[in-house]
Amino acid sequence: MVKYHDGLLNRTFGALVDETRRKMLARLEREGGVSVSELAEPFAITLPGVMKHLDVLERAGLISRKKLGRTVTVQLRANPLKDALEWLRRYERFWSPRLDKLTVYAEREERKASKSR
Amino acid sequence: MTSMTLVRRIRARPGIVFTALTTAEGIANWWGPDAGPVLMSECDARVGGRFRLRFRMLDGTEHETSGEYLEVVSPTRVVMTWEWTFGGEPDERGHVSLIEIDLRPIDIGTELTFTHAQLQTKISAEHHEWGWSGALDKLLIYLSARQDAATTL
Repeated sequence: MVKYHDGLLNRTFGALVDETRRKMLARLEREGGVSVSELAEPFAITLPGVMKHLDVLERAGLISRKKLGRTVTVQLRANPLKDALEWLRRYERFWSPRLDKLTVYAEREERKASKSR
Repeated sequence: MTSMTLVRRIRARPGIVFTALTTAEGIANWWGPDAGPVLMSECDARVGGRFRLRFRMLDGTEHETSGEYLEVVSPTRVVMTWEWTFGGEPDERGHVSLIEIDLRPIDIGTELTFTHAQLQTKISAEHHEWGWSGALDKLLIYLSARQDAATTL
């Protein structure tokens, strides 16, 4: 059994709060290996800006970079994201049905209270 | 440590929602993730008071949680500690987390903001039960929904 490292999970969440980085990840999921310049293209940011985003994603274990000749290709690494998502979903699965039931119950109580007024 | 937040808009006034959240009788009416019974519901909703909830799931397993009320402001806010005293999440055993509930009056009734904070961020690999495919899309939907709810990750 592998215990996930707290620091890495925090870095994963930290990396995901930025919209540009989420868009980059979404593209990497669709297209597989993409070069750095291709990845930078849709965004109005400088190449050093893009490199900074890629550094954050790499430290979070979300991507890996591979150099092929003069081109650097970026690839998605699925595991940390899967872990982060699964972790969040466990708590959502726990609370969401309860709050739904609370909502139904409170609304029924409200209708009763309104009638007897 | 991290937290999760859920928001519900409820067609009931804050006082009714508050009672459903802070009385043993109220809680027994909605607690429990499935149709399994609530076996015990004790609740002393004042600062320093405690709650204890025991329930059985349809799979036959029993779970118990308890905690202490840190803030009780009727009908707008409850803060309490939370720990598993029997069963529950293996990664959270022996760990005390925090629940914050805020109730805000809105046109249709009440907006409830529920935050479970100070959660352990350990993940055991054995919990992974589904594959990677499409997971990112789900995460993006999830995060954007959470952004609307002004959530902190």
